[in-house]
This record gives sequence, C-alpha cells and structure tokens, in this order.
Amino acid sequence: MREVAVLGAGQTPVGEHWDRTLVSLAGEAALEALRDAGLDRPDVLIVSNMLSGVGPGSQLNLGAQIADWCGLKGVEAFKIEAACGSGGAAFRAGVHAVGSGLVDLALVVGVEKMTQTPSTVTTAGLATAADADTEAAHGPSFIALNALIMRRYQHEYGWKHEDFGAFSVNAHANGALNPYARLQQPITHEDYREARMVCEPINLLDSSPIGDGAAAVILVPAERLVPGGGRPRVVVAGSGAATDSLAVHDRRDLLWLAAAERSARQAFAQAGVGPDEIDFFELHDAFSIMAALSLEACGFTERGQGPRLGLEGAILPSGRLPIATQGGLKARGHPVGATGVYQIVEVARQLWGAAGDNQLPEPRVGMAQNIGGSGATILTHILRIS
Amino acid sequence: MEVSRHWRLRQQRYALVGEVCPHCDVKIFPPRDICPDCGREARTEYQFSGRGEVYSYTTVHDAPAGHEAYAPYTVAVIRLEEGPMVTAQLTDLGDQPIEIGTPVEMTTRKIGEDGERGMLVYAYKFRPVLRPA
Repeated sequence: MREVAVLGAGQTPVGEHWDRTLVSLAGEAALEALRDAGLDRPDVLIVSNMLSGVGPGSQLNLGAQIADWCGLKGVEAFKIEAACGSGGAAFRAGVHAVGSGLVDLALVVGVEKMTQTPSTVTTAGLATAADADTEAAHGPSFIALNALIMRRYQHEYGWKHEDFGAFSVNAHANGALNPYARLQQPITHEDYREARMVCEPINLLDSSPIGDGAAAVILVPAERLVPGGGRPRVVVAGSGAATDSLAVHDRRDLLWLAAAERSARQAFAQAGVGPDEIDFFELHDAFSIMAALSLEACGFTERGQGPRLGLEGAILPSGRLPIATQGGLKARGHPVGATGVYQIVEVARQLWGAAGDNQLPEPRVGMAQNIGGSGATILTHILRIS
Repeated sequence: MEVSRHWRLRQQRYALVGEVCPHCDVKIFPPRDICPDCGREARTEYQFSGRGEVYSYTTVHDAPAGHEAYAPYTVAVIRLEEGPMVTAQLTDLGDQPIEIGTPVEMTTRKIGEDGERGMLVYAYKFRPVLRPA
C-alpha cells in the first residue's frame, strides 16, 4: 500500500436546502474540493449516500449523475452505501483505490437530501438501517433502538440522564462557531435537562438533527506531495473497518460497540499510536449514548465510564480529548450518508490549521469514527501531519 | 405489497419457531441456518416457549411511516428464557408499570397492514405474565 494524503476539501452548510437538488449540493462540495486541491479532474468519483433510493422521487446511479453535473463526463464513478456509515466507507474505498496504486486521484463526496419528504417517510427511511424483518417490522424508530440501548446502559451503570448533558453542551458550543453547522446556538445544562422527551430516555437535546448537505475530499499518493509547500501534509495514518450484527438484539453485548473496538484497534495498529496519542476525536454522536459507547470501545475510557469524560471536561476544546470540535453530529448536523465525509473534512481542516474559530492549538493526530446503523458498520480513520 | 415476505416469516412470527444448533446446543431466533455462536450449520427447528423478560424498553411517539396509527406504542428487547433476545412491541399493559426484568409472554397481534388493499400482518407481541389473583 502506498501512503495516501488528503489534499483538498469542500463542504456545504448543513441545513434545510429546499431550493437545492441532491446533485447540486454534491457538485458544490466536489468542485470546491477540486479547487481547494488545485485539480481539474479526478481519476475516480466515489459517492456516499444512504437515502436517495428510499421513498418517493427516489434516484439511484448517483455516481454517473453527479459526475455529469460536475462536468466530469466519462470518469469512473459509483456509490458506496453503509447506512449512516456510508461516508466513512466511501472514504476508505478512496484510500483503497489510491493506496493500491490503481488510481492516483480520488474524489470522495458524501451527500444527503433529507428535508423534502414528510418526517414519517424520513423516519421510515432511517429505520432501513435496522433489520427489516426482525426490527423495523415491529415499529421501533431509529431513535427507539438507541433509547433501548441507553435505558439499559443507565440501568447497568447507574448514570442519570443529566450525566450525558456535557456531550450536547460541548457540541452546541462548538457548532455555534462553525458557519457550516446546522445548529449554531449554544445550549445550557438547564436547556438539556428540560428538553422535550422524544423517546424515553432520549430527549431532543440528546439527538442529532437530520439535514441536507454535502462534503468532499481529494485523496492522492502522499509521495506526490512535497512537504513544506503551504499547509501541512496530512496523511491517512490508519484506516479500520468492522461490522457487528445488524439487529441490536443479536449483539453479544448490547452495551459494547464491538465493531468500534475492532476498527479502532486496526487503525491504531496501522498508525502505530494508541488512544493517548490522539489529539482530538470526531466521533459519531448521533445520540449522546453513542458518544459514550464510542469513547469506551475505542479505549479512551473504561467500560461504563463514557459519561465521566464529559463530566470531567476532557472532551472540551481545552480538554485532553476534544470531541465534536465543529459541533459533531449533534450541532453540525447529521445528513446521514454525508456525515462520515464531513468528519474527515473537519479532521483535515484542524490539522491544516484551517478550522476557523474552532481551531485547536497545533493538533498533529486526529481521529474520526463513523457508525452505520446503531453499531453494525463502523469505520475508524486516523489522520496525521507528516 | 410483499405477500411472499409475510408468508415466508409466518412460522417465526406466529409461533416463535427458531432453530437449535446441533453442534453446541445454542438456541437461535430468528432462524438463520448458521449458528451465531460456533459458526456451523444449524437447521434443526426449535419451538420457543414464548416466555421471557424485559431487557429494555421505550415508547415510540413519532412512528415510522406504516406504524403511525398505532402510536404511541411500547417497544422492548425481550430476553427469551432460552437465551436469544428479540425486538417486539409490548401489549395488554393496562396500568401495570413496565420495568427492566418484568416477566412477559408471547401473544399474537396485528403489527400492521401492507398495501392499499390492507393485507393484515400478524406477529408476536409480548404481554406481562398474568399473576394469580
């Protein structure tokens, strides 16, 4: 495998883009990434998306459609789907493509358009991330599956609901400084405690908002980039991917993200680092319980202790492991099939020193973890300055 | 309308018929033909008792399309007494508070309708085990 570098990035704000089509959002992010990298044309366009084939007005074959829109007619293009983990999976496919030597320039664009269908249709679409016959048919929404996990977690470890509040407060504080974030309002612990209950024990401020948006990155062989020219050279130091049972009830342990542990171990081993050497972590905080479980499975804290990192302030920008530095899924927003690419864009921009008002002081190693379903498909990437 | 899907699932949905692994004796639900524990072939049918307890539960207010008419409803993960867990709705709750550990038993109820002609879909739900008065 050749070492792979991230050369350019682009993103649209996450929001309710009623006046925009899916392809125009994808095109904007993709063309911005190409411009950012100083390139005209990639060898391959890899699209990540979850829901374009679900519900009325469905559209597949997005690779060709987006390539055509971007003026890249003729280029190899296809879509990768792994539910909410689509973005991380597409990024990894880009790493495979460039790392193998098969192509030199890969453009990965994640895109989702979620606000043009009624909420019941979107809710049903999200439920396709679960097992159709043995979960979705019985009526749990995607939130409900996470609520089942969170209630049991609280039962086993004794955490109160308010103990999870620090995850949301931190995410909103960071999102307030990110012009691309869906929610740019800070919240207080009181707001968190008093938020409307959505699916007990998950309330509105435990939950990430859906949205429309697109994010894109360019991957190239690291050997082509001469260090010292402009911004720091950022390479993919580690890439891991793993799966677990699709249905939550089939997991050996419902309170442990086995695929997160496995994929993080792969990424740590490749990068030659451990959890202590990660300077910041863009995790998959679709719900606050997922932030806790991800921190535990990756080895940042012990089993059952995830909320403690929030309560102690370790996750703040000034803490030892800043998370959700641009708002995370909770405040930047969760345009599901695009989210994993947003995370990579955010890690790269932190390392380039281009993170705006959320810039951390000289980070060198950043990690992103993207989760498809409530733990079924998990991708972990470690990027570092080289 | 997915007639063949509902027909294919009738044994597991109406009667909790799963499998038992002939190699390691693990009980399997829903049937999957490969033992999730030892990875070997497991095609021996096994009839579950339908008894279990609540492992976790929540109430759905914002239901996915197709389930709106039933909202709000309570969904649970049930640990069957033979070992496997299943996701199912709880029913016949009355005023009885549900807790983690509440003993429940399987019953058969409508879980939805499929298609414009309204084919009724039945499956397992679970209800609290009746206590002697």
